[in-house]
Amino acid sequence: MDLSSINPILLLASLMVAATPIMLAAIGELVVERSGVLNLGVEGMMITGAVCGFIVSVSTGSPWIGFIGAAIGGAILASLFGVLTQYLLSNQVATGLALTLFGLGLSALMGQGYIGIKAPSFPDWHIPLLGDIPVIGPIVFQHDPMVYVGLLIVLAVWAFLKFSRAGLILRAVGENHDAAHALGYKVKRVRMLAIMFGGACAGLGGAYLSLVRVPQWTEGMTAGAGWIALAIVVFASWKPGRLLLGAYLFGGVTVLQLNLQAAGMAIPVEYLSMAPYLATTVVLVIMRAGRAPGSLGRIFHASR
Amino acid sequence: MSEILLALKGLSKAYPGVVANSDVSFDIERGEIHALLGENGAGKSTLVKTIYGLVKPDTGTMTLNGAAFTPAEPRAARIAGVAMVFQHFSLFDAMNVAENIALGMENPPPQREIAARVREVSEKYGLPLDPSRIVGELSAGERQRVEIIRCLLQDPKLLIMDEPTSVLTPQEVDILFETLRKLSAEGTAILYISHKLEEIRSLCDRATVLRLGAVVGDCIPRDTSARDMAELMVGAKLQVPTKAERAVGRGVLVLNGLSAPAPHQYGTPLRDINLRVRAGEVMGIGGVAGNGQDELVAALSGEMRTANGMVMLDEQPIGKLGPNARRKLGLSVAPEERNGHAAAGDMSLVENAVLTGAVRQGLTSRGFLRWGKARAYADQIIKDFDVRTPGAANTAGALSGGNLQKFVIGREILQAPDVLVVNQPTWGVDAAAAASIRQALLDLAANGAAVIVISQDLDELMEISDQFAALNEGRLSEPRAANGLTVDEIGLMLGGAHDMEVAHVATS
Repeated sequence: MDLSSINPILLLASLMVAATPIMLAAIGELVVERSGVLNLGVEGMMITGAVCGFIVSVSTGSPWIGFIGAAIGGAILASLFGVLTQYLLSNQVATGLALTLFGLGLSALMGQGYIGIKAPSFPDWHIPLLGDIPVIGPIVFQHDPMVYVGLLIVLAVWAFLKFSRAGLILRAVGENHDAAHALGYKVKRVRMLAIMFGGACAGLGGAYLSLVRVPQWTEGMTAGAGWIALAIVVFASWKPGRLLLGAYLFGGVTVLQLNLQAAGMAIPVEYLSMAPYLATTVVLVIMRAGRAPGSLGRIFHASR
Repeated sequence: MSEILLALKGLSKAYPGVVANSDVSFDIERGEIHALLGENGAGKSTLVKTIYGLVKPDTGTMTLNGAAFTPAEPRAARIAGVAMVFQHFSLFDAMNVAENIALGMENPPPQREIAARVREVSEKYGLPLDPSRIVGELSAGERQRVEIIRCLLQDPKLLIMDEPTSVLTPQEVDILFETLRKLSAEGTAILYISHKLEEIRSLCDRATVLRLGAVVGDCIPRDTSARDMAELMVGAKLQVPTKAERAVGRGVLVLNGLSAPAPHQYGTPLRDINLRVRAGEVMGIGGVAGNGQDELVAALSGEMRTANGMVMLDEQPIGKLGPNARRKLGLSVAPEERNGHAAAGDMSLVENAVLTGAVRQGLTSRGFLRWGKARAYADQIIKDFDVRTPGAANTAGALSGGNLQKFVIGREILQAPDVLVVNQPTWGVDAAAAASIRQALLDLAANGAAVIVISQDLDELMEISDQFAALNEGRLSEPRAANGLTVDEIGLMLGGAHDMEVAHVATS
């Protein structure tokens, strides 16, 4: 084993990149769950976003338009879930699971002609001045723009939930939908918007995999990232700050174990691959505090 | 004070299978306190929801201040000056007081300003409240203050109050009434809904009575007896439960220093409760909700285990036994929440009868259910306790609250327990059904059982109990003979007015 082949700066730098797809998907799901809806279809929305983003960006040549396409694709799939659960009152758990299976199949179909193609390149941003700082520069300020877009979204969601009137209403709907309805808030509309936002974020997360991280299209390429995003939301106690921490922790251990594998560590590969999941779960369980939104997963029907 | 604020004309609303309101007309004057009376299902809720914009009437018109009033949603009603204090469902436990208040307002100011105004209003009307507290940690009385202040901050012209006093101590009720009278003197009209006729007699200027969705009369409550009003509501002569003379026997259920930690975050610990209930006696336990009632019931039923000697049945320690073992020994419990705790809503009445009756009625044999016997048992409950349902195959959730309550109580009584514990036996049950449930409890005691009734309805406890004790923050007061207790004495036993003060505004 040759640990000296691991460059700590590169390791930390790739941490942010590895965490971004999960962070994006998780922050979307956090908003959905704060509005009282449990959407287990994150994996399906992510992979649909991945294929939509890939197709759009290959045909337009622009990764930016690709990301927009991914967000729209994710949101459309999510609104299918929204209509089924909010207006046709189907069970959220079953519908979410079906959405994952549907998304995996749909993306495989859509991606038929795109296997083996390379995505248009999405250059890293070298942020002037900040990027030149030794050590910190390469770790934090020399990534592709989506890393920062993701961070901005997390920050915006935090501020939205904490300071805005609309965020207060969203939390109220998730906390007690009967009370929110009695006060005259549109429970279904708020939830539909939250679900579509969640789908768009999951789509962005998926597209980050197919356009930046890999970057090409393979069937089933999300490989469980959507489930980790779901788990992070729960273990982060539905708080954006903890969610960021959970996503970076997961990204960090993922990168570390890849590096250890490459360095030829004398531990079976399976244990190393397990490590990120195990570490994230353990840390977030230990930190766990707070409770789920009061109406999470319950079907709302304005009877009388 | 003779200007008409809100006029209702010919309001009708039908749901599939039910007519909730039919041709309802009456007026509310500026600054008057107007009572709306009626049994459960008489259409009171639908009517106030119509005024508050939650329900659209099929026909009929409303006029507010001389202009047509057709609120499409609660927001429109609030802008027009109509505010409502709900009976349930309107607070958000995980949020603080200021956030809860902001949610009920149009264009709320920033949080800091809300906090300042909450302090101002609570000072003015004697309703102390800390804007930064989390609502889930407040007592029932404090939660109600949140709702009232939320309404008052919007300077309403009409304040609708749905059953506001069901969770308050007598002293707290007095202070609430003082606040309402002050509001009315300032020109705010109040539409007051309650079952409690004595309260209405002391508070309200006029009353409108609804039965089966239609107005059946109105009266001046001060000049009408409670009995006359009740008969107007029910449309029939009222049966008052009769207490038969009975011999009181030995102590069957004894609690020795019963203590237990709070079972969950918002629960109450039980603190050193000593009690002896004798055969043939009805022990009434009063107290404001959240002072340990649920925990006491859980400790008695066996849902919460305690040290063995803390609960004694017939001189036998049972503190560590589970509910079924206790049932077998003759201790039955009917908990408060009938749908979900006392009964499984999605299961049929037969299945629900099996759930608690299996042990004492022999409804199982070698692990198999004896459906024939179970069905006969369910039919007997339905017949003996006048449960109105098409049949025992119907689900428990399909029954109205009062009917399900009769079923739940009847299921326990027919098992002939030695001790029966009931929590809130007539909560949300209409007068006729409540009277028959109380009569059944008295009959059970007359047959030699010990009965513990836990309730927040003091009139009910005074009507049926022999002994009265009060729960306050998990402690039980010394039991006293119920005969001759005055309302003030009871109020003091309940812990008095929890830090409320009389309003500071001078009555003009």
